[in-house]
Amino acid sequence: MKHIIEISYKDNIRDPEGEEALSRARLLGIGAIDSVSSVRVIMLHGRLNESEAGILADRLFTDPLLQRYRLNPEQVLRRRLGESGADHCIEVMLKQGVMDPVSETILKGAADLGLGDKIEAVRTAWKYMLAGDLQMHEMEKLAGMALANRTIEDIFIDRPDPDYSLKTPAYCFKLHTISLCGADSEELERISSDGMLSLSLEEMKSIQTHFQKTGRDPTDLELEILAQTWSEHCVHKTLKGNVDYEGPAPSGWEKYIDANGRLVIENLLKSTVMRATEELDKNWCLSVFKDNAGVIAFDDENALCFKVETHNHPSAIEPYGGAGTGIGGVIRDTLGAGLGAMPIMSTDVFCLGLPDMKEEDVPAGAMHPRRVLRGVVSGVRDYGNRMGIPTANGAVYFDERYTGNCLVFCGSLGLLPRSKIEKKPECGDFILVAGGRTGRDGIHGATFSSARLHSDSEEVAGGAVQIGNPIMEKKLADTILQARDLDLFNCITDCGAGGLSSAVGEMAAQLGAEVEIDKVPLKYEGLSYCEIWISEAQERMVLSVPPENLESILEVFAAEDVEASAIGRFTGDSTLRLRFKGHLVAELDMKFLHDGLPAFNGKAYWSPPQHPDPLLDVPNEGGRAVPRAHATGEPQDLDVLLKNILAAPNVRSKEWIIRQYDHEVQGRSVVKPLVGVECDGPGDAAVITPVLGSPRGVAVSCGMNPGYADLDPYHFAAGAIDEALRNITAVGGDPSRAALLDNFCWANARRPEQLGALVRASMACYDCAIAFKTPFISGKDSLNNEFNIGSETISIPPTLLISAVSPVDDISFAQTMDLKESDNPLYIVGNTYPELGGSHYYAQMGLKGRSVPKVRGDAARESMYTLHRAITAGMVRACHDLSEGGVAVAAAEMAFAGNLGASLDLREMPYSGLQHLCSDEVMLFSESNSRFLVEVDMAQAEQFERKLSAVPCSKIGKTDASGILSIIGLNGGIILKTPIEELKMAWQTPLFE
Amino acid sequence: MRDMAARTLILRTAGTNNDLETEFALRLAGAETKRLHINRLRENPALLSEFDIMVLPGGFSYGDYLGAGAVLANELVTFLKTPLTEFVKEGKFVVGICNGFQVLVKAGLLPGPLFGEREVTLAANDSHKFEDRWVYLESAQNKSGTAQEGERMYMPVAHAEGKIVCRSEDTLKRLSDNGQVLFRYSGPDGSKPCYPWNPNGSADNIAGLCDPGGRVIGMMPHPERCCMPQQNPAWTRKRNEAGTDGLTFFRRIVSKALQDAI
Repeated sequence: MKHIIEISYKDNIRDPEGEEALSRARLLGIGAIDSVSSVRVIMLHGRLNESEAGILADRLFTDPLLQRYRLNPEQVLRRRLGESGADHCIEVMLKQGVMDPVSETILKGAADLGLGDKIEAVRTAWKYMLAGDLQMHEMEKLAGMALANRTIEDIFIDRPDPDYSLKTPAYCFKLHTISLCGADSEELERISSDGMLSLSLEEMKSIQTHFQKTGRDPTDLELEILAQTWSEHCVHKTLKGNVDYEGPAPSGWEKYIDANGRLVIENLLKSTVMRATEELDKNWCLSVFKDNAGVIAFDDENALCFKVETHNHPSAIEPYGGAGTGIGGVIRDTLGAGLGAMPIMSTDVFCLGLPDMKEEDVPAGAMHPRRVLRGVVSGVRDYGNRMGIPTANGAVYFDERYTGNCLVFCGSLGLLPRSKIEKKPECGDFILVAGGRTGRDGIHGATFSSARLHSDSEEVAGGAVQIGNPIMEKKLADTILQARDLDLFNCITDCGAGGLSSAVGEMAAQLGAEVEIDKVPLKYEGLSYCEIWISEAQERMVLSVPPENLESILEVFAAEDVEASAIGRFTGDSTLRLRFKGHLVAELDMKFLHDGLPAFNGKAYWSPPQHPDPLLDVPNEGGRAVPRAHATGEPQDLDVLLKNILAAPNVRSKEWIIRQYDHEVQGRSVVKPLVGVECDGPGDAAVITPVLGSPRGVAVSCGMNPGYADLDPYHFAAGAIDEALRNITAVGGDPSRAALLDNFCWANARRPEQLGALVRASMACYDCAIAFKTPFISGKDSLNNEFNIGSETISIPPTLLISAVSPVDDISFAQTMDLKESDNPLYIVGNTYPELGGSHYYAQMGLKGRSVPKVRGDAARESMYTLHRAITAGMVRACHDLSEGGVAVAAAEMAFAGNLGASLDLREMPYSGLQHLCSDEVMLFSESNSRFLVEVDMAQAEQFERKLSAVPCSKIGKTDASGILSIIGLNGGIILKTPIEELKMAWQTPLFE
Repeated sequence: MRDMAARTLILRTAGTNNDLETEFALRLAGAETKRLHINRLRENPALLSEFDIMVLPGGFSYGDYLGAGAVLANELVTFLKTPLTEFVKEGKFVVGICNGFQVLVKAGLLPGPLFGEREVTLAANDSHKFEDRWVYLESAQNKSGTAQEGERMYMPVAHAEGKIVCRSEDTLKRLSDNGQVLFRYSGPDGSKPCYPWNPNGSADNIAGLCDPGGRVIGMMPHPERCCMPQQNPAWTRKRNEAGTDGLTFFRRIVSKALQDAI
């Protein structure tokens, strides 16, 4: 029996969903629409009678003050429309099999009312009742572009009787083998592409050779397991490959050039990023590059673990679900770090197309960046807030090349007892899967994310896209931490990309395992053994449990309604053996699975770009002074320029995003993402106190500016590291104790110019980590970030996100960027160079340039370390790093966040470079690295100057109560004089319409 | 008055996520605390009688997918009606913060009478969004004795459904006349607040309520997030003079609960 309950808002009660739909329709230019009212639809399948369904509607589904419900209303369209005063109806229903957390909550509530057993399945939908003279194509546009996503939802427009039925296909076991041993090259490639395996011919051949030796063809599952284990996403074969680089070598790397003039690097990742960590050999690095997250010491009892992941392709197809499961996934990395860490903070960074792009310019198959932004922000918000983990640091970067392939980086910081870092499964341990049930969701996520996107990806990738269930993960987190503290398991890992195949495959890499696949709890019947094993259904963890603890750990889970099942054992014979209802469906040698992948050898190439750059383009004179971007050189022109830069999408306020995140839950925040008198200035980094009541804190920051990558990926990567460390330093974090994470997002790195960029960026990672003495502790890469429109490929700019984490010995020295008091001196730390390449100033002139900001490693380190000592001596009242828009933007932000005025004199700024290139524009807008603007306590100015005597540092002005930012130019005249309210208003330009 | 700390139960369930900081805050305020999963209380409702205060902390109980707090409210009504009635009758405190407040309202514990017909609800914010921001509160003359009239407090809110909606103007007036309004949102200068100072569009700017007896208390703002100076966003400007109004609030509840304990 089936019951349909429709819930709508009472008259005169606001209808948020309806209002939201109406505003989206207006934004899409659908003018003929007069009003929208929303209806929540809940469909209950099972043995409930009508009065029982009524009880649920009455006691659970409807708020008596706001809503009314109708039970089993007649589904005659005309009558429905007539009753609600509407002309049309758009109905949106999650496809069957897509995770619907609402239905799980309904089942819980029904069980409390004693009706749980009578419900077999729940489906939910939204109806939008539209009034207005609308055409079908307008409604299709509204539904497809604003109300629903066809990848995960069915849309019914003006349908008298939408299909609410449940389909439960049965599954009959049949073992499939793939005729591989006798296949020729063409056949091998076809098998890989038909099966969505993303395996290269060379890889297929090595699998073929292995099975020829074994004397049989592989089963479909064996091939799936190999494809998953060998996927770019899981094994990072490009970064671990050997590269032959042709192009200019950064200084210090010339020595690796061989007799033939080639620079050959074996295992790029090991030779750069990981090598720095090894050479620095910090004793506070407790676990690096081996666990789900990097682990560093925090205090005597606790360690911190930190991991940042990307979830790009799923977010491009379904932003809300993609970003939500992105954050959910990285939180599971924390839960699976060591023997389980408590997640205490999240980060999020998005790279998107331009927010003000014209609707008609959006390529087919892509979504408007505004819609992507709304979706990813809601996804992070709804997952992070529900889990109760503060999302307290992040960034957004807009560039048109991200339009079809957005980037979503999600980070998770965890607190882990130092005694719980080491883990190892033991022979004979049970393999326990805990958390959510397994469904047909997320099939082929690992291989899908390793391939490029194209205009019909949304059609084929349905299975790879998922919706998360944060409450399931919260329950899982609560119980895992209890089981950890009871010492009930030996090892744990998360089910992420590759599902059980990856989790069990990795955990059993040394021992081998036997699993009975049919013991995995399923959401619904009808899954094949293959689907169960590679499903990437969310919110699952795999644990290794000694037999004597099995009963106790099952009790811990059951006590809080978390499902857990033993599905197999770790064996000790180095073989992965999988059975389904007694049939052997896979038997793989662990050694081949993990070491059989042929090494990748790639050609890399890079040549410097030839963009015009006034600072460099007159060779005989060593360049010339940069022309003015403004007409007359009068103060009002610079004023307009500064406001334009403050309002640029990459600079303007991100408050709309930050406010939607619960950035204070858990009560740990010391420096919040929004700071200043009115809590709306741009904080440089987050500081939180991981152990409530302890004076120790931790600073978390990020650095990323892909615009520089077009100039030189080397200096771009160096700049990202410098920026992350500047942000750490600015809030009072200790740069000498900072640890770094790398996240490379690249286009197809098998193309020599892309790989060349990757090589240069990796070299910078090594050089800067060594110069700053800051080790990398973990990282991740996502390659093939491209979008195909017909035969045209749009590659994202090379994108390296650097995240940094550093202890703060005493949170009472934590620092914010808002000016605090009038009459305090302002200092600039760090030299300014004629480096306008990639700057906002050049962007305003329509230039890219080549004079890319460089990092002078040793000097940069000394500046940051010294400034940190002044901060911890209590001399500093406000500190802001100089980044996008240079000193002009930083001074404006500090002034309006502190609601104070400031005057600066550019003649006092330390400058290094050819004298004739020095101009007001270079001083104000150069984005040279390693610089800070610092407000110092008047009474401590002298001590501050003494403390910073060995690094470039000058007093360049002071704070005042005028509420005006005024700047004296190099010729001694006032070149800018602008009230801070005007600057703030420009900076607070809404993120999008 | 009993010569010991007030025994406080912090009730949690799937999706509760403010329980640890609430426990920390209550301990700072001098309470003895125990975090307990609702399944344990359902197994043994008598446990409730061991406590002087019950706190329902913030979070998203069961995801709030059927309206904030609705499913946990249903659970309280279905399984714990009798012991809860007993608890309140004995003059013990029930405090709901954020999601806890939503639960108390939807269970009919607030604004009372206990488990009576629903007169008040918490609807979606006028902004249609979850928002985390600090707001000013002004205490109203009320029966809980946890604040003096006109006293100002600075606390964060973080919710998507915090707008008080009453069945009628009469209900609203009665709440005010009965001393059931705990505090109201206020402008930074003490004026009547507009958005965002009234962050959700709440009727009469109400931020918190108590029952007619002043023992069941519910509020959208988060006192547990302002118990240490460093939690206050003004703290880098004012250093240790930054307020800890949440701690003041908890201390009053804890000391009142002790005074009243027999």
